[in-house]
Amino acid sequence: MKTFVCIKRVPDTSEAEVKVDATGKEVDSSRFSFDINDADNYAVEEAILIKEAKEGTVQVICLGPKDADVMIRMALAKGGDSAIRVEDPRIFAKDPLQVAKVLAATIKQEGDFDLVLTGCMSADNWNMAVGVALAEELGVPHAAMVNKVEVLDGKVKVNRELEGGLSEVLEVSLPAVLTIQTGINEPRYAPIRGIRAAQKKELKVLGLDDLGVAEDEVSEANSLIELMQMYVPELESKAEIIEGEPEEKAEIMAQKLVKGGLL
Amino acid sequence: MGDLFVLAEHRQGELREITFEMLSKAPEVAKELGGDVVTVLLGSGVDAFAEKLAAYSDKVLYVDDPLFADYNSDKYQKVLAELLKTHKPDVFMVGHTTQGVDMAPALAVELKLPMVTDVMDIHFSDGKLSPVRQYYSGKVNADFGFKGDPPYLLTIREASFEIVEGSKQGAIEKVESPLKEDLDYRRFIEYIEAEVGDVDITQSEILVAVGRGIREDKNMTLIEDLAKAIGADICGSRAATDAGWLPHDRQVGTSGRVVKPKLYIAIGISGAFQHLAGMKGAKTIVAINKDPDAPIFTEADYAIIDDLFKVVPKLTEKITELKG
Ligand SMILES: Cc1cc2nc3c(=O)[nH]c(=O)nc-3n(C[C@H](O)[C@H](O)[C@H](O)COP(=O)(O)OP(=O)(O)OC[C@H]3O[C@@H](n4cnc5c(N)ncnc54)[C@H](O)[C@@H]3O)c2cc1C
Ligand SMILES: Nc1ncnc2c1ncn2[C@@H]1O[C@H](COP(=O)(O)O)[C@@H](O)[C@H]1O
Repeated sequence: MKTFVCIKRVPDTSEAEVKVDATGKEVDSSRFSFDINDADNYAVEEAILIKEAKEGTVQVICLGPKDADVMIRMALAKGGDSAIRVEDPRIFAKDPLQVAKVLAATIKQEGDFDLVLTGCMSADNWNMAVGVALAEELGVPHAAMVNKVEVLDGKVKVNRELEGGLSEVLEVSLPAVLTIQTGINEPRYAPIRGIRAAQKKELKVLGLDDLGVAEDEVSEANSLIELMQMYVPELESKAEIIEGEPEEKAEIMAQKLVKGGLL
Repeated sequence: MGDLFVLAEHRQGELREITFEMLSKAPEVAKELGGDVVTVLLGSGVDAFAEKLAAYSDKVLYVDDPLFADYNSDKYQKVLAELLKTHKPDVFMVGHTTQGVDMAPALAVELKLPMVTDVMDIHFSDGKLSPVRQYYSGKVNADFGFKGDPPYLLTIREASFEIVEGSKQGAIEKVESPLKEDLDYRRFIEYIEAEVGDVDITQSEILVAVGRGIREDKNMTLIEDLAKAIGADICGSRAATDAGWLPHDRQVGTSGRVVKPKLYIAIGISGAFQHLAGMKGAKTIVAINKDPDAPIFTEADYAIIDDLFKVVPKLTEKITELKG
């Protein structure tokens, strides 16, 4: 099995204060901490599990800045064989269809493949689009939101997670693109020995010219969509805010629950 | 004059709510576009669906063919591409659901359609369509515009628009499926129903819900103690079930269960829309989170903005005292 796995470096904004920067079209990310996108971490693990079961290779692909190398090396330490990072300021990364074009060009120039795994969603952009668009660019079938993969002869049997805990079982012929849902496996930690070995594995850095992709296919000016402005929405909350030291808050809340007949 | 196409979504013999949510917003959008609301329905034995959808549409275009007995993104894509090429609507709305996101991006690539996904609101500025979506854990919004030629493809987030009863009497038009044969590269096998565990959280009166903020399995005792003190069942966010702190059947949200307890105490949960969709029907919601900007507070009745590790043990203690 020759597998590609697409991983993205994303900020963890679950606890961070988010402010729009001077351009009005992006946020100030100087104080964010970054790591591999949650779903992509599961995709890496799934790719390695498949390699362990069926032999073959796992190649890591990332469109992102040099700082992403740390995360890429981690994926190599866990069992990835080599990596390609694409970096080019001309790419408009807010358009998932442009991102898919770049990833497709990267995979195509590496030759044939059996499987491409992506995450089902990037935690910063929330598009849920790149993986399925990538499949179409590559001209192969796909399945999105996959939470179980079984590799058979010339095809994969997958479960797609639907709403409400329902799943759908499908058979998809190879080569194919699968977008991986969180929770599909238990991502491993990189073993120390792997971390050392990863430093010696190949990590190519390519730009649009290396990929033979024309700027006007993937640039902001030529995107069919336009991000006009970003803004922090007014949080509308009807909530009563409980004030005080932690202990006082607990006391007030306990009173409300017990005396207010909420329990 | 361009029409607005809306894709009807259905599964296991039922039209899904997202269909009616989109169709409730549709007349407003179609009016701006100066066109009709056209609902597109693909299925097998779906005359009754077509009738029902006519009440929300100026026209229902439907394909009724055994090939569409079960949802299949590739088959949908083939038929929809033909319909869009023939009818050239201005806008095509598809649910940002497990069906929609499995199909829409491929359709956009095939037909080179301008696409914005996970749209939660739709505005018009200077007569131009401007969808709104979110970035960064839902903490910022972004207004988009389109530069390319229509049709514009939008995938619409669930629960973004309130359902209003339809009162139209749209025409119903059956169209021949342009797809004549089954596809061999993607085959539907079966549905697997959700597993049922020891506790059915959809029936619980009181729920304590836990999220990634609890950090480690060993801290779950804090949650268990509180739950015991108030006679609650425990549930959680997807982060909590993915981490294995709770079984999957305890997950609340779009891909988990929809719960409607009397009391829901959300602890260390940020309140992603997929989570909110599963719990906003709770009667009283208490949220404990140290981030004042956490979206969970938009649904809360009581907000405790603080460190859960300081608050939760005290809350358990005080409640136990008061209940004596
Ligand atoms: C297709 C799809 C379906 C999904 N379905 C669901 C679903 O059904 N249900 C669901 O829940 N999610 C679902 N998700 C995931 C969802 O997008 C979020 O990733 C998830 O809900 C986040 O869980 P969380 O709030 O526990 O974690 P986070 O978003 O990481 O939030 C943790 C919160 O804890 C707070 N915190 C941290 N430490 C403390 C402390 N010491 N004291 C107080 N507060 C603290 C932080 O401020 C933060 O707000 C789905 C995602 C996808 C792509
Ligand atoms: N810049 C990127 N580099 C590598 N993979 C990406 C990138 N952006 C998106 N992806 C992949 O596409 C998936 C879905 O992203 P999105 O459509 O943005 O929600 C992610 O989980 C990644 O696997």
